[in-house]
Amino acid sequence: MNQFEILRFALRGLLANKMRSSLTTLGILIGVAAVIMLVAVGEGSSQSIQKNIQRLGANTLTISPQFSGGGGGGLRGGGRGGNTGPRTQARQLSLADAKALTDRTLAPSVRSVSPVVTASSPATTYGAASHTISQFVGTYPSYFEAVNKPVAEGTYFFNDDVLAARKVVVLGRTVVEELFGSVDPIGKQVSVSGVPFTVVGVLKEAGSSGMQDADDVAIAPLPAVQQSLSGFGSLNSIVVQATGAEATTAAQSEVTAILNQRHGITNDNPDYRILNQATLQETVSQATGTFTVLLGAVAAISLLVGGIGITNIMLVTVTERTREIGIRKAIGAPRSAILGQFLLEATLLSLVGGLSGVLVAFIGTRFTVAGIEPVLVPSSVALALGVSVGIGLFFGSYPANRAAKLRPIQALRHE
Amino acid sequence: MSAPPVLRVRGLVKEYGEGDARVRALRGVDLDIERGDYVAIMGASGSGKSTLMNILGCLDVPSSGTYEIDGSDVGRLDERRLAILRNRRVGFVFQSFNLIPRMSALANVELPLVYGGIGQAERRARALAALEQVGLTDRVHHEPNQLSGGQQQRVAVARALVTAPALLLADEPTGNLDTASTEDVLEILDRLSVSGRTIVLITHENDVAARAKRVIRLVDGAVVEDRRQAPVDGPPPRLSGHDRADQDRADQDRADQDRADQDRADQGPAGQEPAEPGPANRDSAEDGAAAR
Repeated sequence: MNQFEILRFALRGLLANKMRSSLTTLGILIGVAAVIMLVAVGEGSSQSIQKNIQRLGANTLTISPQFSGGGGGGLRGGGRGGNTGPRTQARQLSLADAKALTDRTLAPSVRSVSPVVTASSPATTYGAASHTISQFVGTYPSYFEAVNKPVAEGTYFFNDDVLAARKVVVLGRTVVEELFGSVDPIGKQVSVSGVPFTVVGVLKEAGSSGMQDADDVAIAPLPAVQQSLSGFGSLNSIVVQATGAEATTAAQSEVTAILNQRHGITNDNPDYRILNQATLQETVSQATGTFTVLLGAVAAISLLVGGIGITNIMLVTVTERTREIGIRKAIGAPRSAILGQFLLEATLLSLVGGLSGVLVAFIGTRFTVAGIEPVLVPSSVALALGVSVGIGLFFGSYPANRAAKLRPIQALRHE
Repeated sequence: MSAPPVLRVRGLVKEYGEGDARVRALRGVDLDIERGDYVAIMGASGSGKSTLMNILGCLDVPSSGTYEIDGSDVGRLDERRLAILRNRRVGFVFQSFNLIPRMSALANVELPLVYGGIGQAERRARALAALEQVGLTDRVHHEPNQLSGGQQQRVAVARALVTAPALLLADEPTGNLDTASTEDVLEILDRLSVSGRTIVLITHENDVAARAKRVIRLVDGAVVEDRRQAPVDGPPPRLSGHDRADQDRADQDRADQDRADQDRADQGPAGQEPAEPGPANRDSAEDGAAAR
């Protein structure tokens, strides 16, 4: 009695009931395909979110003012006694703050510092065309690299332009399309709230990320924007680029130290906020990881249901073929052969179902699902397939054992 | 005789059920069967003959008593050795054929060899030889539902023979057959007996029993009669008087009818097994004729 013969018996048993076998297989197929595809969709969405975050700029810290916090300002003596009371005087971010951060000895992990002011929705016109730019940014040239906005046509503006407060501007793709259509915008003058700016470059298309159109943007030298649009007040934010991905945490603590000192903050309630791209990314990837696990768990339930389907069918098969089992035992089939045959039948059902489920999942993940490109996770394929075979063995063992344990005479008398 | 008997049964008791519902099917049976013997076990229904047969075929276990095949005590064998014993030492023919459906005659006959671990080529050769022995060379690829009752029983006999077992057990092998098929099967058994095979057969028909070398009668689970009709190492009684065969065949139908009447009389009010051929048997008789 070799394994091959048992396999032959098992196949014969399955083929005797093609409809029943294929329906049982279908249950496992759906389970396996669901696990692989949902995990792939989860992974795909996770990756696309990660990519979106990376597009905001790598290794950057964004410092913005926070009005609820504050340092030991002039009102400390006002009887509030300590650092826990509400702040009445929170310091804004100033150009001097930004300059202080460029100190090479105090902040060795900082590569560049770009002070940012934003003018709120200035109306921009070129000829008859008019467009309200959602984000008009005044900054230094280092900003382009820090926030990952390369120029596609024309040039950047340079430090000279900043020093001379030249009214030059680099436009986003959406602004160019709104104002110029198919005309080449380089060298043309646009009027921003009545002030003429010369277009020197066009940003590479970034695509929309979520609600906001990342291409509806214009970037100009900081003093030019302050002069003509926002005034010489405080900064809206400071973008700090660290020297490398692993240096962002160091840069964050250096920046914190410098700003705490400058703003006179002694407690952990500062008047500014640092957004660390790396920690954001970590948080988001944790969240999407949970999401993926959730999807996988839902799919795993359908795999379990498929497994119960196998038990059910194998129980029916064993009951239906009790007499046949009796005959086989009467002519000398050992218990192991009967056990092997029914166990193999169950395993074949789940293996065939699992393999075709993998096939379906491979085809399914080639399509975009709800705007997300699924990414196959090899471990999920191995896991789903392994679990499906395991299910065959586990759920098949009860009916197979029942068949093998039957006494020949009991089985033969069964009707 | 110096060699141990093929079968040795001592004090065999089998009880079913518990308490008030307890039924004693066998009440201490002692039996020795020599190699080459042809034994018919007779008895009314409920006399325990099928129970005895199932125990002899290792399909059931006795409540008490010992049972040896070829000198080895069956009660002490574990499940695995028991399976080997059923496979190699015992060939079993059932009243209801018990072929596996949707498997060709050849595959059915090969099955014991598969479980015996015989290679494919030898398996096929031996199965074909066994089918030839029962005269079914032209039906090897037919499935059970394409065969008449008699043909199915002959396949079953071939399956029992194919492992060359020491012992051939037949539980009313002709019980579901028409007269012509009965004759075919009994002739095969006679031939096997001549070739030295040990045969134990259950029947409640006198002229089936008449062909055996030894007749044992069971009543209420105990042996009441043990009659030898021919010597162990001689041919079965039927074949020693060869000339009677043709006439018997001619008288078969009338004999059947007589036998049925007699059986009814024998069994009295307790007899419940239908002895006369019912409508189903008539159908299969016609089928058998058509298949020929």
